[in-house]
Amino acid sequence: MHGHVEREFKITWGMVIDLDKCTGCGACMTACQVENNIAPMLDASNKLRTLSWLLVFEMSNKKAAPDAEIAYLPRPCMQCGNPACVPVCPVVATDKNEEGGIVSQIYPRCIGCRYCMAACPYHARYFNWEDPIFPKGMEKALSPNTSTRPRGVVEKCNFCHTRFVQAKDKARQTGGNPDALPDGAYMPACAEVCPTGAISFGDLKNPEHKVHELAKGKNAFRLLEKLELHPQVYYVSKREWVRKLGDNYAATGKPGAEKKHS
Amino acid sequence: MEEKKQCKGCGGALPFVIGFVAALIAGWVLFPDLMYSKKTQPVRFSHKIHQEQGLECAGCHTFRDDGSFAGIPTNEKCAECHSDVQGSDPAEKVYVEQYAKTGKEVPWLIYQYQPDNVIFSHKAHETLECTSCHPDMAKNDTPPVFYQNRLSGYSKQTMKMWKCERCHAENGVSNACHACHK
Repeated sequence: MHGHVEREFKITWGMVIDLDKCTGCGACMTACQVENNIAPMLDASNKLRTLSWLLVFEMSNKKAAPDAEIAYLPRPCMQCGNPACVPVCPVVATDKNEEGGIVSQIYPRCIGCRYCMAACPYHARYFNWEDPIFPKGMEKALSPNTSTRPRGVVEKCNFCHTRFVQAKDKARQTGGNPDALPDGAYMPACAEVCPTGAISFGDLKNPEHKVHELAKGKNAFRLLEKLELHPQVYYVSKREWVRKLGDNYAATGKPGAEKKHS
Repeated sequence: MEEKKQCKGCGGALPFVIGFVAALIAGWVLFPDLMYSKKTQPVRFSHKIHQEQGLECAGCHTFRDDGSFAGIPTNEKCAECHSDVQGSDPAEKVYVEQYAKTGKEVPWLIYQYQPDNVIFSHKAHETLECTSCHPDMAKNDTPPVFYQNRLSGYSKQTMKMWKCERCHAENGVSNACHACHK
């Protein structure tokens, strides 16, 4: 594709979300907002203007009772192996160039053109329509892990990247290897807080990390795999209708298409 | 005839040179001076005296157990020696009376304070000498003047991005955005 070569990394941070364990409680969304200094909005009724790096969707099998079923799907940034957002950025404010494969977003560099938002099929990117307003006193309780963003720039989930830096520092301090962190040493806020343990996180390439196996399970799938963006976020469900929705409309142009990949 | 007289003396190189020099002085000397406010540290801390007592940088500027850098020590550390006045230096008296005994932390001005979107790991740079980035404070008796940008509030003496990038490039270390930004 345009001579573009997908870059290989020795470490590939990935997430595996078990949709059968997800109860849709929204703790991950809240943890994410606190960790990443997303200001509560005075009026959040316009969902085109809200910011949610991690968003929980509700899915239904569209059947009448007693066969009706619902599932919840938390959607962070997929940190695609072949991201659609990176090549369209005119100012290189977003890039996938660091070990670990996390797609970066640099707010002071972003000019707010929103090409990346148009390119991302997962709608994982958000635009700051207004400056953040933190309720009085809350600005003193901001997380030091993420800088606040002004009006006019795009932002997105970065797998709580500062926690990655901190985990490497801790490994150096305690005599570990910062380039081979043990399973669980680096956890994004959503994975840490999930009360049912639906979100697993680790290095997809490291056999000692449990996501390595989970991502290869027969019930594992990724969203819109046909687009070949190679997301680093996997989902797991034993329910077939849930897995089919993961590739919604993609393979045949019809909803609920069969999975075409191996 | 009168018009010719008026023009005499207004052309030529001299007025241009005078104007040029004046503009240079304004731009290179006066304006930068206006741009930054000068501040002095609340206590005249002498790194030199402490170094002469045999203290190492890492004796006061420590790492926490999680590998994060504690930066400038707090009263707890200083009071290990300075819970009471020891020497004859008036600056020590100021510290003991105004801060150590009242329990108030010293509002030190931090020359290297980085903008909010920068993350720097001292731990990752531990193998380097302190002086490869910081001035040689061991020889410093009076803390340098703190220049604060009147508009941005940032210190003039912070490490600039091009310096970080150059050293990373020269040593083959990643210059990925996320290496330094959050």
